[in-house]
Amino acid sequence: MTKNLQIDVDERGYYGRFGGAYIPEMLHPNIEQLKNTYREMTADPDFKKEFDALLKDYVGRPSPLYFAKRLSEHYGTNIYLKREDLNHTGAHKINNTIGQILVAQRLGKKRIIAETGAGQHGVATATVCALVGLQCIVYMGEVDIARQAPNVARMRMLGAEVRPALSGSKTLKDATNEAIRDWINNPEDTHYIIGSVVGPHPYPDMVARFQSVISEEMKWQLQEKLGRDYPDAIVACVGGGSNAAGAFYHYLNDERVRLVAVEAAGLGVDSGESAATSVLGTEGIIHGSRTLLMQTEDGQVIEPYSISAGLDYPGIGPLHAFLIDSKRAEAISVTDEDALAAALFTARTEGIIPALETAHAFSALDQMEYGPDDVIVVCLSGRGDKDLAAFTTYLNGLAG
Amino acid sequence: MNRLTQLFDKKKDNLLNVYFTAGYPQLDSTVTIIRNLAEAGADLIEVGMPYSDPMADGETIQQSSMKALANGMTLETLFQQLTEARNHTQVPLVLMGYFNQVMQYGPERFVKAAREAGVDGLILPDLPVFEYEQEFREITDRYDMQVTFLITPQTSEERIRQIGKLSTGFIYVVSSSSITGKSGEITEGQKAYFARIAAMDLTQPKLIGFGISDAKSFRTACAYANGAIIGSAFIRALKDVDDVAAATRSFVHGILSPASVGA
Ligand SMILES: Cc1ncc(COP(=O)(O)O)c(C=O)c1O
Repeated sequence: MTKNLQIDVDERGYYGRFGGAYIPEMLHPNIEQLKNTYREMTADPDFKKEFDALLKDYVGRPSPLYFAKRLSEHYGTNIYLKREDLNHTGAHKINNTIGQILVAQRLGKKRIIAETGAGQHGVATATVCALVGLQCIVYMGEVDIARQAPNVARMRMLGAEVRPALSGSKTLKDATNEAIRDWINNPEDTHYIIGSVVGPHPYPDMVARFQSVISEEMKWQLQEKLGRDYPDAIVACVGGGSNAAGAFYHYLNDERVRLVAVEAAGLGVDSGESAATSVLGTEGIIHGSRTLLMQTEDGQVIEPYSISAGLDYPGIGPLHAFLIDSKRAEAISVTDEDALAAALFTARTEGIIPALETAHAFSALDQMEYGPDDVIVVCLSGRGDKDLAAFTTYLNGLAG
Repeated sequence: MNRLTQLFDKKKDNLLNVYFTAGYPQLDSTVTIIRNLAEAGADLIEVGMPYSDPMADGETIQQSSMKALANGMTLETLFQQLTEARNHTQVPLVLMGYFNQVMQYGPERFVKAAREAGVDGLILPDLPVFEYEQEFREITDRYDMQVTFLITPQTSEERIRQIGKLSTGFIYVVSSSSITGKSGEITEGQKAYFARIAAMDLTQPKLIGFGISDAKSFRTACAYANGAIIGSAFIRALKDVDDVAAATRSFVHGILSPASVGA
């Protein structure tokens, strides 16, 4: 028998103590409108039809669940890869932006803003804006603009304006601050497409629902392949936590399934240059959500660090704070070095170059324990083309 | 008795509230700025607790906050400075910051320490109404700490009435849908919004803020409310000055002196 955990958000957006909507009054009308409409709107048959059709014909879903034979042999277990890297634009991010652009259209919004770290969410947002013909502005930290240059070029090609965020550590957190400020300045015509399960309610729940297609497919794909619809463990990297939320979603209440959230340790959890929020964080408020957060005693946010722009964030989504705090999920942290090594190993073992973010999830396999009959699904959140500069530096370093 | 209540009882018009970021331009500027603002004629003072991620603030206040934090400002230091300022002036003081700062200090510990340091009111723009009612109001009421909420041009009448009931301090009328730091003329649309709020007969005093930057916009705002709040314009006036006291006084005189009102 499985225990029925009933993990869901309450009407104020809380998962246990985590979540809520800590926003200035200027954002209240927009958030309130979203909160009051998103569930009904997205449950509407016309919405679902449009969403499903775009996921199928435009994104290319269902994404395959691929048995990784050589990785499985190496680890002595059964490893399946949920191939979000094969989606149009190369990552899971587009599942959410397709959903949110349909929401924006129904709200009558004319202008779209987004934040991005690795640039995958920026590209996915620019893509759906081009698809429906809406103006798109993407905020991106200056540091990330430099380290994810290919994605900046893609966004421009797609017609988006990329605005550098120059404050703080000039990364994802700061891009998010700028996007929020833009929304405060443009409350009426603009919809903010947040790229992860972060931000004020209803974003964490709305984004998780759009990403939940990942585990919805996983269920029938496992059933087809194995005759049982659940794995023993699901492993996913966590920046804000949207690919993890999507991969965990339909198993949240199924305790047979281990949920493994992989964070970026940067130069090491205790190095002072890290983004391992579940270890280094304490309860606090960031970007409108009460969650785990890297901060000083005085509540000042500590600038995070990771080689991976998509994991370089000082918080995690409130759902993950809840899952980790309640021990429903386990957190593993992986350093830059180990992630780079895992990316190389995955490339040469399976012929798949993963994104640096995803490489953290692969590396976590080295830290986990499992039996020979276990079934482990790794959420292959994105492809690594955008990270070739970092991989090349790494390869040159190995060549000495 | 709360100094804000005393002020609002005796003065109903042209209230000047000046905001500054504590610890800017120097760590120890706080007492100098408070004393000189009060002596030059500010009726109440909004002391910004510098925050790393001030989401409702524009570049000017962001940068002053970064500088203040780099100068070493902490809440402990701020409370000491405010205690010192209270040896010199009884001007009402309002702390403005983000709820995470209060949460980390501990809500009750924070309110108690602030009250003991002579703080009369709080503005926490990201504190939601529900959480305020559930967790925070009991504490602020017990310590007679007044809490101010914001309203904006998009706030519905129903919600303004709700906020009116909840605000124990003045109501902060945000002049436009924007972050702090914009300046320029007050538009006809804004005047219509101010007039709409004025006609609602809310019991609390109303102060208009955001984008009030000079004598002219101050006067215009005062025509529609009990007073106005100036922030970013004052921070800009403190940039690179040698004599913080003189710059503070001359800024307030520039706002209040009839000669500078112009056309
Ligand atoms: C490929 C990939 N995986 C993971 C992430 C991290 O985001 P999240 O934790 O929301 O899935 C990103 C973010 O940019 C990404 O591009």
